[in-house]
Amino acid sequence: MPLVHLNVFRGTPQTEGGYVGYDVPVEEGMVVLDALHWIQANEAPDLAVRWNCKAAKCGSCGCEINGKPSLACKTRMSDFGPDEAITVEPLRTFPLVRDLVTDVSWNYEVNKRITPFTPPTDGDQADWRWQQEDIERVQEFRKCIECFLCQDVCHVLRNHETDRPFVGPRFLVRTAGLEMHPIDQADRTADLKDGGVGYCNITKCCTEVCPEHIRITDNAIIPLKERVADRYYDPIQIAWRKIRGGRSGTGGGSRAGESLPVLPGGSSTGSPPSDGAGS
Amino acid sequence: MTGVPDRHPHDVLVIGAGGAGLRAAIAAAEAGADVGLVCKSLLGKAHTVMAEGGVAASLRNADDRDSWQTHFRDTMVGGKLLNNPRMAQLHAQEAPDRVNELEAWGAVFDRTRDGRILQRPFGGHSFPRLAHVGDRTGLEMIRTLQDRAVAAGIKVYMECTVTHLLTWTDRVRGAFGYWRTSGEPVVFAAKAIVLATGGIGRAFEVTSNSWELSGDGQALAYLAGAELIDMEFVQFHPTGMVWPPGVRGLLVTEAVRGEGGILRNRDGERFMWRYLPEDRRNEYAATDEEASRWVEALSAGRQTDARRPPELSTRDNVARAIYTEVKEGRGSPHGGVFLDISYLPAETVRRKLPSMYDQFKDLADVDITAGPMEVGPTTHYMMGGIRVDPETGATTRAGLFAAGEVAGGMHGANRLGGNSLSDLLVFGRRTGEAAAAEAAGQDEVPQVDPVQIRAAMDDLAAPFGSDPGDDPHRLHEELQATMQSLVGIFRTEADLHEAIGRLAGLHARWPSVRVSGGRTYNPGWGLVFELRNMLIVAEAVARSARQRTESRGAHSRIDYPDISPAWGRKNSVVRREGEKMKVTSSPLPSMPDDLRQLITSE
Repeated sequence: MPLVHLNVFRGTPQTEGGYVGYDVPVEEGMVVLDALHWIQANEAPDLAVRWNCKAAKCGSCGCEINGKPSLACKTRMSDFGPDEAITVEPLRTFPLVRDLVTDVSWNYEVNKRITPFTPPTDGDQADWRWQQEDIERVQEFRKCIECFLCQDVCHVLRNHETDRPFVGPRFLVRTAGLEMHPIDQADRTADLKDGGVGYCNITKCCTEVCPEHIRITDNAIIPLKERVADRYYDPIQIAWRKIRGGRSGTGGGSRAGESLPVLPGGSSTGSPPSDGAGS
Repeated sequence: MTGVPDRHPHDVLVIGAGGAGLRAAIAAAEAGADVGLVCKSLLGKAHTVMAEGGVAASLRNADDRDSWQTHFRDTMVGGKLLNNPRMAQLHAQEAPDRVNELEAWGAVFDRTRDGRILQRPFGGHSFPRLAHVGDRTGLEMIRTLQDRAVAAGIKVYMECTVTHLLTWTDRVRGAFGYWRTSGEPVVFAAKAIVLATGGIGRAFEVTSNSWELSGDGQALAYLAGAELIDMEFVQFHPTGMVWPPGVRGLLVTEAVRGEGGILRNRDGERFMWRYLPEDRRNEYAATDEEASRWVEALSAGRQTDARRPPELSTRDNVARAIYTEVKEGRGSPHGGVFLDISYLPAETVRRKLPSMYDQFKDLADVDITAGPMEVGPTTHYMMGGIRVDPETGATTRAGLFAAGEVAGGMHGANRLGGNSLSDLLVFGRRTGEAAAAEAAGQDEVPQVDPVQIRAAMDDLAAPFGSDPGDDPHRLHEELQATMQSLVGIFRTEADLHEAIGRLAGLHARWPSVRVSGGRTYNPGWGLVFELRNMLIVAEAVARSARQRTESRGAHSRIDYPDISPAWGRKNSVVRREGEKMKVTSSPLPSMPDDLRQLITSE
């Protein structure tokens, strides 16, 4: 069997990290995660890599492969040239745990602050009728497997461009899925403003890396930006709402009082030295 | 290195955050309990996410002839009447409410033409019954439950592995484990514990299950003195991927057949016609033409009198058929058979089966809208499990509950597709509520035994010993090879005897397993404790399979090919006696006449 050379980042925050080379025999149809498992079974049983389903359905095995945020279970070894070395690194935007595993807990903290699904309190569920074409956009957002590749590639988060909260593409997608749900009653416009939707400058890097092919920028972020702009920056809309006595713009507010966490800053000791991805 | 473990007291501790664990945690929290939820992976990554085809419930949206009674009957018939009838009844009665509840919590299922929840047909179900979202229903369910649990403020302990249950006097009162990200030990004290850890697939070589499914809950319950039942009934899903090697065993949803997929051997023969069980033959189409009419009606969203295609036989039967075709030399190039849906319009296939389309295109370079897939059986689901009370999920050990795949009884000798997602909702909720009630009746702060904690900490340290020993990966490979070759789809006395001997050998070597590296996120170290669990459940499967001298559902004995009325009245029972595994049987729970009539009236 032909051998392919993998450079795998190994290290912890406490130690000087570095790349370790492994020559892995490659068989037909193999993916990068198979190669990492081969290394675990034959060369380095303690190699840390997070994975679950091995079918691009759970979003656990996100890492950076030759600089591109990717799912290791979906990246074919045959995508690379026969003499091309393959470099595998952890997601750089998040603090390192060890080897290819990073601490993504910040994402779970941000998620807690999103106003949850809020159905109407009156009416009978048996009467709910939604047409398939009306829910397809929401279903697109609900395809998200929470691999956090979009969070990893987003330059606002990756380069710590703000010391104010920015929830990142994943949670703008989740918010869009709630806001566009046919019967959701909450108003998350104020939360979106606080969550820094304005920081996104539509470079579409998130859309490019999404393994579920969700059109994050076009279908989720831009419509949400428009809602915020209409509410807070459009003088005609503001005047119209005053006349009509419309919604106040204070948001769903169920999470009021809890401030959004900012992604822990700066690259820590032991992180991979170079940066090939991001924009 | 490691000091005194962190200690986290809760009213109810739920171990496992798949569908059953999440639903139990939500129910317990809504009943007023302080709940902790522990999971080996990140939240939302549990194997429920891989469920594809749908959740079975007689909503009657796709066919108004359906009812809970029919769902009950289908489940019992599919389970070869070995199911706990009360569980099958509660499941069929409550599934529609549980599915509607998910919708009220934000789930967005595919719709019928008149805007209600759409249902698709599946093997063994008399009517289209599975509410679904394309072929990613599990993701929709887990995300909905995850969001609900987060909104309820449930404390989640992610990437934490439980290795020991802690007992005090006559009750289970806590759990001991370690943080995977640091390797540090952790103790949970709880007034009631719910096990919801899923299945055992990783004990086999070819499986649709992820690394997490190592029989943890079954083994923890067994070690704590609870009974396991019907452990010989392992479901081999008929359709897993067979190529490329890296994805061998990966699930190909039954929805492919539900939407009209046809199975053929290398000669192009639609072989399932030859494998339909005689006593159920009248439930299936008589000809290709009738089967096509059924598919056409399905595509058009209308009811039909045409009967379902032969591919929608129950999973045990289809798996045996495919295995036999391959074994007799009529298989596909990579050792499977062909599954073809490409005769439907490409757009329909992509819309109904989007993740199958991507999976085959990305991983196998196969366009399923243009040609057939190659598929073969894969270890998928454990029908047996911890013995539970149907109403409450209480195990035979005080303070310990179980729900979902880890519990036994609901599915009998063979589970119907779609009944697992409804099972985890129905019994997740019941068990969570019962655990909260149990906790409310315990007024003391739970005590945990410092001697047991010290012993558990020694167990964690043992694999780092300096004396030479086996590599856990090698032991795991030997275990998988043993189960795959000797305790698979077709079994014999000689093979099972051989397997039990080999497992005993592996068990004897287990204490001397050694690992390198540190404790931080060390998968080899984690495998050591999962191996202990897999060895226990593997032995339970092999011993139960040897005891049951008949063929029923997923358990096929070449030396006892017939169904036995005597065994049809018995559950297999596994319990620990000292250091020995004791395998016996107990009478099936009796079935009330009104339920029995539902099965016999045709």
